[in-house]
Amino acid sequence: MRDTVVIAAQTLLLAVLAPAVVGYVRFAKARLQGRRGAGVLQPYRELRKTFGKGMVIAESASWIFHVAPFAILGATLAAASLAPVVSAVQPADVLGDLFVLTALLMLGTFFLALGGLDPGTAFGGMGSSREMTVAALTEPTLAIAILTLALTTGSTSLGVIAGSVLKTPAYAVGPGHAMAFTAFLIAMIAETGRLPVDNPSTHLELTMIHEAMILEYSGPYLALIEWAASIRLALLLTLAANLFLPWGLAASLAPSALAAGFVAILVKLGVLGLLLALLETRVAKLRLFRVPELLALSFTLALLAAASSFFTR
Amino acid sequence: MTLSLLFDSMIAAFALGAVAAIVLPPGAVMRRVALAAAAAGSAAALLLGASVLRAGATWTGRWENLLQPLGGVSLRLDSLGAFFLVIVGFTGVPASLYAIGYLRNLDGHLRGRATHALFNVFLASMCLVPCADNAGTFLFAWEVMALSSYLLVVSDPEQQDASSAGLWYAVMTHAGFLALLAAFVILGQGGSWEFVALRNAAAALTPAARTLVFLLMAAAFGSKAGLVPLHVWLPRAHPAAPSHVSALMSAAMVNLGIYGLARVVFDLLPPGPPWWGGLLLAAGVVTALTGVLYSVAETHLKRVLAYSTVENVGLVFIGLGFALLMRGYGYGPLASMGLVAALLHTLNHAAFKSLLFLAAGSVVHGTRSASMEAFGGLIKRMPATALLSLVGALALAGLPPLNGFPSEWLTFQLLVAGAQHTAPALAILLPLALAGVALVAGLAAVSGVRLFGITFLALPRSDGARDAHEASAIMIAAMAIPAVTCIALGVAPTLVLPQLSRIVSDLGQPAGPLSAGFALSVPLVGSRLWPGAIALLVVTAGLAAAVAVRLAGRVRQVRVGPAWNCGRIAQSPRSEYTAAAFAEPLKRVFTGFYRPTQEVTVEVHPASRYFVRAIRLRADLAPWMEQILYEPLLRAAQAASDRMRRIHSGSIHFYLALLPGALLVLLIVARWIR
Repeated sequence: MRDTVVIAAQTLLLAVLAPAVVGYVRFAKARLQGRRGAGVLQPYRELRKTFGKGMVIAESASWIFHVAPFAILGATLAAASLAPVVSAVQPADVLGDLFVLTALLMLGTFFLALGGLDPGTAFGGMGSSREMTVAALTEPTLAIAILTLALTTGSTSLGVIAGSVLKTPAYAVGPGHAMAFTAFLIAMIAETGRLPVDNPSTHLELTMIHEAMILEYSGPYLALIEWAASIRLALLLTLAANLFLPWGLAASLAPSALAAGFVAILVKLGVLGLLLALLETRVAKLRLFRVPELLALSFTLALLAAASSFFTR
Repeated sequence: MTLSLLFDSMIAAFALGAVAAIVLPPGAVMRRVALAAAAAGSAAALLLGASVLRAGATWTGRWENLLQPLGGVSLRLDSLGAFFLVIVGFTGVPASLYAIGYLRNLDGHLRGRATHALFNVFLASMCLVPCADNAGTFLFAWEVMALSSYLLVVSDPEQQDASSAGLWYAVMTHAGFLALLAAFVILGQGGSWEFVALRNAAAALTPAARTLVFLLMAAAFGSKAGLVPLHVWLPRAHPAAPSHVSALMSAAMVNLGIYGLARVVFDLLPPGPPWWGGLLLAAGVVTALTGVLYSVAETHLKRVLAYSTVENVGLVFIGLGFALLMRGYGYGPLASMGLVAALLHTLNHAAFKSLLFLAAGSVVHGTRSASMEAFGGLIKRMPATALLSLVGALALAGLPPLNGFPSEWLTFQLLVAGAQHTAPALAILLPLALAGVALVAGLAAVSGVRLFGITFLALPRSDGARDAHEASAIMIAAMAIPAVTCIALGVAPTLVLPQLSRIVSDLGQPAGPLSAGFALSVPLVGSRLWPGAIALLVVTAGLAAAVAVRLAGRVRQVRVGPAWNCGRIAQSPRSEYTAAAFAEPLKRVFTGFYRPTQEVTVEVHPASRYFVRAIRLRADLAPWMEQILYEPLLRAAQAASDRMRRIHSGSIHFYLALLPGALLVLLIVARWIR
């Protein structure tokens, strides 16, 4: 019972916090670009507005179009439930490990791509094809990054990884973790469709990846997909924060420790979000066929990380 | 006793089916009797295998008088054989039932007789292979299996490329047979070809001879299983056969190649050096990558599935190779984990691949086309087939909560555990293998989206797709069997783990428990997978969102209208994404592998070259593996036969002079062998 509550509470926290993370990144980006920008809470207003609108469904769409938003959200929430957000005591370890988490994210991507293909428009198919390509090419990097974590901490379970880095801080500054962190960040950027892989604020259909798939969605369905996308971003940032730099995570379920853990994750998301905004103002979007080069770079880093973990063991 | 009864009824059912197909008047009755007999025989095989597995017993049978020149028929069903018998029976039942509805158009054709009779023979031989307990019986069943499936591959006169596919298959399978024969000859020098004797003989062989046997066996069984580069026949032959036979070839016959190798490497031969395992592991990674890359790019529906078979065989070989490698290094628990992963993936692949091939048969049947470019929008005309295919596509993509995922997850854990606990010598091999498996998993997801999305979603791209018809009730029921299995094995893979552990410990690799309750658990990496709970989470979260939308969302304000399409007024299937278009980014990323060729022809108006009338694009992939590896062989064979032809001078005196010469050579050889 206690375990269920811990899992549900952390998942809910991540889900509720997610739009704010997106809003914060947008806000920081606007300030860095010399604009005033909308407030951090703007995505909540947008979600409420979209959720309350009516829907237009394409006649060419089938039931897949109706199922996809729920499948995407379900898979993303299930993935989020595995992540340690405020506490290193992680009962969700009995459900699955990091490989399960990546597979659940892939399940979401799978349905997103089907939803893009379903109405039979050129842009939807284009988005699906590109999204799947990028997702497939990111997998090896993620796998090797997981291997690196497992080589130093002895496990692929998220709670165990966070817990053992907490206990032995030397792991986090080892060459393996440092390089794996960079590799993971690049993979994360590709997985969440941020610059330089995909531009989340683009209006030009031909350059779209994520946006192209959801062009036909409107109303509550669109709100669900947007929400799932923000949870995905928040989830991957949380993973980067709590697997590689787990300081501040509550080591027990005492209220004071949990409060400290909550503050710690807010601070870490703030720093990582700022980094993301900084990166997005500094780099231009890559041509689609240059993206594999970026992913190859992150893969090489991850492989080096794994190899160095072997030799520093 | 009941085991013998089951075996007898299995053989009797197949025999009855084959005879009925030949003697009954051609028509619906003959079709139903012959194929129902095949289904009954498969069910008996399933029961036989399952009861041997559950009781932990072995069943033996011996008929000295049958096949006497080969040492008599000698059968023994242990847990390993029983597992593969279960797979054959399990894929045989839906394939036979499916064929009752699928082959209706063969009623009244002479070809129908041959097809139904051969189908029974094919199933019977596949059931015999895992039961064989001496080399004679094994080779006999193996060859009958090869011949009957060859005849089934070339049975459809409407398939233009069937004869070329059959030729590739016949040549490759017989080259494999020769390798197998040679290996058994080396092993059987003691005189007896019983497996017990071979086991003792193998222990007495020199290491070099053992390695030779291993390499010959790996080539022979690898070519049947589709190991790269011996896979070239598979994507040609499997799709050319009728779909229920394709399902059996991809989901059962290929696995018998895996069975053969497992039997030889883990049972007949004594433990070998670690590099045997390294070789199989590397071959597995290459096979999986090659298979998945081609399956993502191929546009012929059944060939996509055949290449995916190559991919999954690669994943199984990764598990087998890993087990062999770890046994070589003396890491027992890791070796048994590898075997369990390989066997579990074999079972999972059999379930989803038989489902997908049968569904592909319905699609081909319903649209009268096999090219994915001619499909689209079938979900509306064939709703049941589409739903079942979605299950198959999710399993093929290796995603939770379907059964492709647990075994893939175990393979990941395997490689991580191996990297963690073993010699530094493997510091590069295992991470690279892990990266390879991850890329395969990612590309399999692309393949799954493409397979389902391009076939069933969007607008129909041809008249055949527009007027497609749904499969008949019995075909749908037949497809539902593997589909339900896919879901069951995906949600609760732990149901079969005790049996797998028993097989592995029967092979002398005592396995630690890999399950805790309903969860898979790998203590070596401290990781767990509880697929049932994961499935529940996904479904609950999705349903909760659905309830929320229904309660709070403006579902009343739903309009159905033309697709927005970024403001384009007309929506035409000509502008939607096709199978080739979907794979285009990957083709660009992996240009070095695919070696695409392109030919663009522009037809212009005679008045001015600025008025373009038509542009034609022909895109193809260069089959470089065939060109590099097989063309020199073909040329050499051609040259050799050209040289031989010179003997044919037409002079009878010369021929008469050759006869005593040949006799003399034979006598000398015989003397030398004695």
